[in-house]
Amino acid sequence: MFQVRFHGRGGQGVVTAAELLASAAFREDRYAQAFPSFGSERMGAPVTSFCRIDDRPIRTHEPVTDPDVLLIQDPTLLHQADLFAGLKPGGYVLLNSTRSFGELGLAEFAARRDSDRLRTLPASNLAMAHLGRPLPGAPMLGGLAALTGVVGLDAVLAAIAERFTGKVAAGNAVAARAAFEFVAAEQATEQPKEKADA
Amino acid sequence: MPYERIKFYQTGSFAAGNRLLPEDLHSIQSSEARANTLTCGHRACQGCGEALGARYALDAVMRATKGKLIAVNATGCLEVFSTPFPETSWQIAWLHSLFGNAPAVASGVAAALKAMGRTDVRVVAQGGDGGTVDIGMACLSGMFERDDDVFYICYDNQAYMNTGVQRSGATPPAARTATTPAVGPEPGNNFGQGKNVPLIAMAHEIPYVATATVADLRDLEYKATRAMDFHGARYLHILVPCPLGWGSSPADTIKVARLATESGLFPVFEAEAGQVTGATPIRRRVPVTDYLRLQARYAHLFRPEERTDVIARIQASADRNIARFGLLNDHKTSHPERVRLAPAPHHDSAEAR
Amino acid sequence: MLKQIEGSRAVAEAVAACRPQVICAYPITPQTHIVEALGALVKSGELNASFMNVESEFAAMSAVIGASAAGARAYTATASQGLLYMSEAVYNAAGLGLPVVMTVANRAIGAPINIWNDHSDAMSQRDAGWIQLYAETNQEAADLHVQAFRIAEVLSNPVMVCMDGFLLTHASERVDLPSQGQVDAFLPHYEPRQVLDPADPVSIGAMVGPEAFTEVRYLAAERMRQALGLIPTVAASFAGQFGRPTGGLVRPYRTEDAELIVVALGSVLGTIKDAVDELRDDGIRAGALGITTFRPFPVQAVREALDGASATTTGRPRRLVVIERALAPGSDGIVTADLRAALSAPDGRPPHPRATIISTVVAGLGGRAVTRKSLLAMLASAARGDLLPFSFLDLRPDLIEAELARMRSARRSGPSAENMLRDLSATAPGALG
Repeated sequence: MFQVRFHGRGGQGVVTAAELLASAAFREDRYAQAFPSFGSERMGAPVTSFCRIDDRPIRTHEPVTDPDVLLIQDPTLLHQADLFAGLKPGGYVLLNSTRSFGELGLAEFAARRDSDRLRTLPASNLAMAHLGRPLPGAPMLGGLAALTGVVGLDAVLAAIAERFTGKVAAGNAVAARAAFEFVAAEQATEQPKEKADA
Repeated sequence: MPYERIKFYQTGSFAAGNRLLPEDLHSIQSSEARANTLTCGHRACQGCGEALGARYALDAVMRATKGKLIAVNATGCLEVFSTPFPETSWQIAWLHSLFGNAPAVASGVAAALKAMGRTDVRVVAQGGDGGTVDIGMACLSGMFERDDDVFYICYDNQAYMNTGVQRSGATPPAARTATTPAVGPEPGNNFGQGKNVPLIAMAHEIPYVATATVADLRDLEYKATRAMDFHGARYLHILVPCPLGWGSSPADTIKVARLATESGLFPVFEAEAGQVTGATPIRRRVPVTDYLRLQARYAHLFRPEERTDVIARIQASADRNIARFGLLNDHKTSHPERVRLAPAPHHDSAEAR
Repeated sequence: MLKQIEGSRAVAEAVAACRPQVICAYPITPQTHIVEALGALVKSGELNASFMNVESEFAAMSAVIGASAAGARAYTATASQGLLYMSEAVYNAAGLGLPVVMTVANRAIGAPINIWNDHSDAMSQRDAGWIQLYAETNQEAADLHVQAFRIAEVLSNPVMVCMDGFLLTHASERVDLPSQGQVDAFLPHYEPRQVLDPADPVSIGAMVGPEAFTEVRYLAAERMRQALGLIPTVAASFAGQFGRPTGGLVRPYRTEDAELIVVALGSVLGTIKDAVDELRDDGIRAGALGITTFRPFPVQAVREALDGASATTTGRPRRLVVIERALAPGSDGIVTADLRAALSAPDGRPPHPRATIISTVVAGLGGRAVTRKSLLAMLASAARGDLLPFSFLDLRPDLIEAELARMRSARRSGPSAENMLRDLSATAPGALG
């Protein structure tokens, strides 16, 4: 079972992102479960959502305590709570930022982890460029596909097309693809950005 | 609204002789073809104003709907005395659910009829003052706000009678009830703000609102009929004296109701879409004491000493009603003299507004 | 049709396929997505029904009563405080014998106000005379509504379909949505036993005094007895038509030779099954018993499932751990009480050869997560024989001690909930939410 945890703020599409990921996994004939951490809905408040993916039916309904991946859509959350709690050894982190882990004050954290599993991705910039709104969910998923391979880009694009229509669908799809290519390129070069800051 | 003026007087009484009218204008109760919706055998008290009012109102609605009627009844005197298990005195499809939900249940019936395409069947909801003014107020307001196609009739005997005469939101100031006893320096019910449900209904601007009493049964019949000209939410508030709870003679029920209107304490009027369209003028004005003296629930205002202070306040409220609704013809208002006759042709609420 | 869909939406689609004619909606977390989805289907014309936005849950159940009495298939949904607010009408619907179906998105009852999942709401109405079905998954939640209308209408008895708030309602899972054709074939047109019809008038809702009240209520018990036979029949018919086992009275999991059996209702069973598998891998003969139908309580089916575990020669007692998702203060377990009564019900059978030890564990109140880790620790304790007869899973004794100390030291100790929240925020690391 592969477990993903999303972090963001209300209004950034954190819950939608988890559902899209589940939808993408469904398209690849896998079982998926997506759910938010539940609470009153407030714009701007921290929101966490989860997605589990497996080849067998997913029976459990407990929260994800030891994720394989963390998708952090809002870096302003970084120092407010222990966002990285439970991240498995060898777990992935995809962070929405133009800065590196080091520049974000996470050098120590990064040093303890596999550098090729930690990526930053300018997801909001991609969203602004292609969608016109700072909703980083779709590009984060594109990045996730490239980083972990848990779902393929095609499945992500298909999930986007099912969920959205018109310009929104198109913009999200382009942003997701751009993010995929961004991360894929980084994976290919295998040069972790963080090392330089030590 | 088409009507034709008829004056009828018979000296020495208030009776109107049906033989003076064309056949089609006779009281529904005079017809052998009347529905007897609430038929004999019910267990109401001698002189019960509510039984009288319900019979007139519902037979009128049955004629207007050609018998295609479903009634929803709140818990209360009417429900209890009309359905002593295993008997029922209702000759129509009738549902009793709870005390506070008659308007909502009726809304559900109306929704079901609409969903099933039964636009020919109409819905009446009815309850006492307790079930309407107090515990049913939220559901009533919801029904008004949605403009559900329900005609709501409130039988107001001004207290929770069935449970032993306890004070309701409709109990008038100074009246004795089991929970506002006639003891102490301020005997009887407090002087509060009251809850004028007809005005609340008008504030919702629903298609039709009216008040009536059992003192003018032809007027009551007319209003129940008129209400069925409209679709959407409609409200009729009927004053129905309760000999037991009011401490009046069973033989005086109609007389007491008439004194309530002739003193100005209970204005009789009609309104459409939030605007008063007509009020029954007072023919012979009486001081409120004429009305109060007939009821033991006000006895403490006269014995051991006359409470002129309290009576004056009650009189003042009657004066306010007279001014507000123009109940004396010497006030220059636009309200026409109370007349009505043949049921107006059917038109729905959109047209009525 | 297979879909990856939010539980609430799956339920809305399933209910829509049942062709309800009157739907009443009053919002309360966490059922809102269900009535919103149904509202959208009606507004768009896809579902031909009257959709009423009412002014309270009391009005919602009342309107549903009126609609059902008028001969329409009627539905509403609620949770928690809303269920309590409509409680008078809930009893009324059952007493009148109206076949309405309602979803309860299980949520804790306050005070203290809490929007998260537990079973206290539905449990509060367990004596109202409604059939209560508890869904384990979103698939089951959708399917149970289809079965519910049929059960309700055959018996003339209302049915409550319970699904865990947030955990199921707000979780997106794989669901095979019943198609319109499938549901039409399974669910016949509603033929009321009693109906308000001007052409054939009856009075419904008479006052019944001592001379007949007992008999009228006996019929309510009789309907429940009939439900015990009908529910499995409907479930079997459903399985035959839709190709999957959903509903029924109980759902045993690896109980055949189990020595340690966890009894529970609702979605926690999924996590429990994962724990059972892990225990089995460690050589502990664990199993689980899901109670799908809680009212009527399926005494026979429970006994058969639990007594089925084969007797051993070791003389070790069989251990039953009942997970309670609600607290009945002043008594030691709601489901436990029914279970004990079931196991000791005299039915001519010889007593079970092994001693039975029942432990009650109150878990997941107000949305506290029931984790596999905690379950395993608790079950290990049960297996060792040192689990208390009545305990709370993952209790924070430090918070309790602090408040008790405050109460001992001053009369005006203040509101307990606020005091404990203050302690909590002072001691805990930043929560993830």
